[in-house]
Amino acid sequence: MNTLQSSHLQPCYNLPAMIYLDYSATTPVDPRVIDAMAPYFSNSFGNPSSVHRYGQAAEAAIDAARETVASILNCSPDEVIFTSCGSESDNLAIRGAAYALREKTGAKWILASRAEHPAVTRTLEHLEKYEGFLIEWLDVDEQGRVTPGIVSKAICENTAIVSVMYANNEIGTINPIKEITEVCRENHILFHTDAVQAAAYLPVDVQSLGVDMMSLGAHKFYGPKGVGALYVRKGTPLISHLTGGGQEFSLRAGTQNVPYIVGFAEALRLTNEERDQRVTHVKPLRDQIIGTVLEAIPDSRLTGHLEERLPHHASFAFRDVDGNLLLTLLDAAGFACSSGSACKTGNPEPSEVMNTIGLSRDWGLGSLRVTLGVHTTPADVDAFLKALPDLVQKARRLK
Amino acid sequence: MKKVVVAMSGGVDSSVAAALLKEQGYDVIGMMLRLWSEPGKEESNRCCTPDSMAQARRVAAKLEIPFYVIDAKDVFRETVVQYFLDGYARGETPNPCLVCNRQIRWTFLLDHALALGADFMATGHYVRIQQAENGRMNLLRAVDRAKDQAYVLHVLNQEKLKHALFPVGHYPKPEIRAIAERYGLPTATRKDSQDLCFLAGEDYRNFLQRNAAELLQPGEILTRDGQPVGEHGGLAKYTIGQRKGLGVASAVPLYVLGKNALTNSLIVGTQEELGLLELVAREVNWLSGETPKEPFRAEVKIRYTAREAEAWVTPIDGNQAQVRFDAPQRDITAGQAAVFFQSDVVIGGGIIL
Repeated sequence: MNTLQSSHLQPCYNLPAMIYLDYSATTPVDPRVIDAMAPYFSNSFGNPSSVHRYGQAAEAAIDAARETVASILNCSPDEVIFTSCGSESDNLAIRGAAYALREKTGAKWILASRAEHPAVTRTLEHLEKYEGFLIEWLDVDEQGRVTPGIVSKAICENTAIVSVMYANNEIGTINPIKEITEVCRENHILFHTDAVQAAAYLPVDVQSLGVDMMSLGAHKFYGPKGVGALYVRKGTPLISHLTGGGQEFSLRAGTQNVPYIVGFAEALRLTNEERDQRVTHVKPLRDQIIGTVLEAIPDSRLTGHLEERLPHHASFAFRDVDGNLLLTLLDAAGFACSSGSACKTGNPEPSEVMNTIGLSRDWGLGSLRVTLGVHTTPADVDAFLKALPDLVQKARRLK
Repeated sequence: MKKVVVAMSGGVDSSVAAALLKEQGYDVIGMMLRLWSEPGKEESNRCCTPDSMAQARRVAAKLEIPFYVIDAKDVFRETVVQYFLDGYARGETPNPCLVCNRQIRWTFLLDHALALGADFMATGHYVRIQQAENGRMNLLRAVDRAKDQAYVLHVLNQEKLKHALFPVGHYPKPEIRAIAERYGLPTATRKDSQDLCFLAGEDYRNFLQRNAAELLQPGEILTRDGQPVGEHGGLAKYTIGQRKGLGVASAVPLYVLGKNALTNSLIVGTQEELGLLELVAREVNWLSGETPKEPFRAEVKIRYTAREAEAWVTPIDGNQAQVRFDAPQRDITAGQAAVFFQSDVVIGGGIIL
């Protein structure tokens, strides 16, 4: 953590210093990760599939990366598939298992929560529209949680897959994955979780979680964009949807992106090693944000669960605020945040998650997400908390 | 460093405006408004297609300035589009661009710019601002008379002019193009059509048909002395001075002279009857902020594309002005603006009654 300094966080434009509070969108790559990746762009540039020593060196790097990841996930290396991103992992898991199970057992029902990331929801809608699968959307409570009870009520013998995210990107809520997987296991139903947001802070031991498939993406935990992984429990029926060479156990064709895979593993290793430190760093700052915002800003509320939420994640709804405009005002004032209705085209709509947790439009359009990271300082948080109430008021006046 | 928000469209003029202001040492922020479109026609809105938005974004990246899109759909629908429909309902030919400039660009967007901490707002309009000796801000026509857009900006006032910058009005268009090339900015000019952005490139009659079909009730065509000569398909479909498409058999060519919204009748007459010596404008805006006490000589422009005509302008009660031309003017159209100039300076203007 000490090797990362705030000075690394200058946006590309020569603007006055910015404070970055959008770590759930993405994180800067840890310099130690960049160092680990560097040799595989030049000296060790080989194709891991090649017979010669260039190929051997590259293959060794991938094998080592896979072993590192496997040891952290508490699984065996051949249960780790490297992909290009978290979304691809979600696609491979859901499509791959859906096709395989339909072929094997004829099961056509897929259950997923209404608050999933679009990588899951859009994929399911696609399967429903073009492939004839049947989707059942699981309700979430007002904090955005899927309960084991909801899952157990919804499953039937024709259920092929249940997919519930580990932690929500917009509202930070953590789902009781262990309890849900117990229900699935009793009923012999495959369970997938999107852990893209969770992996930065929560334990990712697949045995204790009890998941059959789990999606990860490196750039949420100080790794590079453009690389992800999917854990697939041995024996899980899965059909490849990127066909070609036999890479990644014939589940994901295409020459492996060696430096990025190395970067993924190093970033996950550091995250695992420094998890407690990172949590200890962000959580009090996050709590300060939640407490102060709710106190200082009228007509504000926390979205998501107060305790069962990612430790770096604060999310709010402000009534009668254009969330997009608030982001603009924040950016102009030097703070980079995010919103559930964020869009760059001035065409805001409340996100599906806001609707799902029952927020009306006047609240749902005014969402704000503040996510912290290793570079966030107490001074950053103080400056942000000092600026926000006025900006919310400005946004309200302009409405 | 003074901060300025530039209203960007992705076109050459606003892009160069941003580049010039950056060169002049301002802290520049790019902004674009998301305006209202008919549902399903968002791709064709002339002012904010996804294309022009992407283009403006690229320009901002090139100039290394931040860029934001502000949602103005509801306020645009409620003010500009409503004004457009109300104007036709009154039998006028409304000019919604004037309302857009006054209410959307120079109120709604300006408020946003000021909220962002900006000192100024700039657009790519071809006009100039000059401070007079008494401290007053004067709005001047552009150096390039062929591109001059002072007509649509006569709605500004002293308060807004204090915050306004119009950097491109000081250059002839070819020079603006050259500056764009020098900066590697897009040099294409949006087709200088008079189409309204929300008409999606279609004829306004189609828009009315879809959104206000009640304005297209057939009625009588009358001569000025009340003689019925035919039937029209809805007053809103016609403009003053129009000759084609009347469908009236007549020995001499007939032109639209006027509309009577109360009786839903279209008044036609001969070419000689078209010329008028006088008009009255309402809701007159005096840019100085003070109503002139005496009648004054001015060049008056009665449409965006019309040539200026010499006239006497007399301020009258009720925020109106009477304009008496030296020579009869054709096609004086209710709903359009009459704008008064003295040489390069915009004195004021109002909506023709």
